Amino acid sequence: MNQTAMTTYLDFEAPIKELNEQIEKLRQSSEKTGVDMSKAIRDLEKAVRDKTREIYSSLDPWQRVQVSRHPERPYTLHYINTLTGGVWQELHGDRNVKDDKAMVGGFGVMNGRTVMFIGQQKGINTKMRQYRNFGMANPEGYRKALRLMKLAEKFNKPVVTFIDTPGAFPGLEAEERGQGEAIARNLFEMMKLRVPVICIIIGEGASGGALGIGIGDKVLMLENTWYSVISPESCSSILWRSWDQKITAANALKLTAEDMHRNKLVDGIIREPHGGAHAAPDEAAELVRKEILKHLDKLGAIEPEERIRQRIRKFCSMGVVVE
Amino acid sequence: MSWFKRIKQGVTTKSKEKKEIPEGLWYKCPECKNVMTSDEHAANYWVCSKCEFHDRIGSAEYFSLLFDEGSEEVAAGLTSGDPLTFVDTKAYTDRIRNTISKTGLEDAIRVGYGRMEGIPVVIACMDFAFIGGSMGSVVGEKFARGADKAIKENCAFICISKSGGARMMEAGFSLMQMAKTSAKLTQLADHQLPYISILTDPTTGGVTASFAMLGDLNIAEPKALIGFAGPRVVKETIGKDLPEGFQSAEFVLEKGFLDYIVNRKEMKKTVAQSLRMFLPEEHPEVREGEQS
Ligand SMILES: [Zn+2]
Repeated sequence: MNQTAMTTYLDFEAPIKELNEQIEKLRQSSEKTGVDMSKAIRDLEKAVRDKTREIYSSLDPWQRVQVSRHPERPYTLHYINTLTGGVWQELHGDRNVKDDKAMVGGFGVMNGRTVMFIGQQKGINTKMRQYRNFGMANPEGYRKALRLMKLAEKFNKPVVTFIDTPGAFPGLEAEERGQGEAIARNLFEMMKLRVPVICIIIGEGASGGALGIGIGDKVLMLENTWYSVISPESCSSILWRSWDQKITAANALKLTAEDMHRNKLVDGIIREPHGGAHAAPDEAAELVRKEILKHLDKLGAIEPEERIRQRIRKFCSMGVVVE
Repeated sequence: MSWFKRIKQGVTTKSKEKKEIPEGLWYKCPECKNVMTSDEHAANYWVCSKCEFHDRIGSAEYFSLLFDEGSEEVAAGLTSGDPLTFVDTKAYTDRIRNTISKTGLEDAIRVGYGRMEGIPVVIACMDFAFIGGSMGSVVGEKFARGADKAIKENCAFICISKSGGARMMEAGFSLMQMAKTSAKLTQLADHQLPYISILTDPTTGGVTASFAMLGDLNIAEPKALIGFAGPRVVKETIGKDLPEGFQSAEFVLEKGFLDYIVNRKEMKKTVAQSLRMFLPEEHPEVREGEQS
């Protein structure tokens, strides 16, 4: 019962919600009357699975944006904890201004190897969302991330970043402390990191704030995430001068994993469990683990200079011009 | 030995002749309302002679005031594709076509190779007139080819930024130009070639968060608006008015992100002096400058 009460349904999940409510009703009446309804309940549960599969197999871009922001979606710390089985140490601070709670990171042991994990972290409830500044890092978050990457480079450990941000924080102090410079510096320095770098968009990949930890040998997107230069809402408000065109904007921006992969702007897509990562967070983490291990093996076999050359060549080839 | 020579000589106009100049050839400063002829204004580098207000100018003007003599255009003939078949209130292809015919520009950046006080340089310069100086694939590609040219000629690379940020109609492609331009700068750095970033009014968004902030020297024109988030967005975020001078070049200098601010009238001389100090001492152009 608690489980059902906690679940957040997105608008297009209404049929699933309805079925789950029917199940709940049957359970309650079964409890009250003592009549065995387990067969009917099992049928309905199968219907839920089928419906979920059906809905999730054909999500449109705006629906994927909604899934990427689902309040129960696993965030960076869930992935780090699951992948390392808790064998990791969070490292704090940019050694300059402060510790940015919207950006977390530290060494962890995954399948016997040490990896530097870094990512934006959103809060899991109202209080934590504020604490994490909704996953919007300040300049010190980007500088902390870079410090940790350099630490990984020094000890020859690969870097895995988890991207999940509605954008770099557009605040007054962020501007004072050089938000633009902090992101730019990361782009420049990440290009030259001598260790393998894998970047995974696990939720929202909004603009420079996402790219600021997004320069990797392999950039992968989970199936129900988005990555673009602007959110559909902001795009709508700027280009259509209204907030009502977010669905049109979501379509126009070609921001889904499939579109970004087709346009060769990311290197791969990681499938999510049926019903999205939030339906089975641990399973989602295992799918991510498989991908990370596969790519770390391949990347580890390449000499650092060559890996850097390939990384730079990849980003330099992005763009479409008419000559 | 033309390092001190101006491209455009100052034009002096006697006050009694002013009456005969037809309407439209006058420039009225938006800051102090000072009125001068357009010729006087241009001869003063499009800077108000009274209050030093720096009017926005384009790549043609910057090239004319920075290069000694003409320059060779680099990566000419590149125009925007439409990889996403983007349509908002109008089709992106139409928007591009209209902007090209309206401005006579190919896109929001042009690149030239020439000499500045005798020093060979590649200068990339953005044009705000072209969809707000927004960065799409053409900006990234021309910037990249400019850096390649500098590497080939073993010379300095200068970029004059003037941009509202990303080209939304190229979405993901636009975003990745931040990565691409930064990648190119690592190659320039590998060759130990100087990269000078000149930030002019306005420089915001993805351009600030990539190549504009990555100069060996970051230089700005007076009072230029420089930031990552635009002032309107910051104001909405904090829910109150912004302090006076917020995100001005002077503010950004004070916060530690610029090396210096230079009046446009002094830009060529000052940047050339910086470059001479960067260049190896046996470099012939250094001698040339010193002796002159
Ligand atoms: Zn004035």
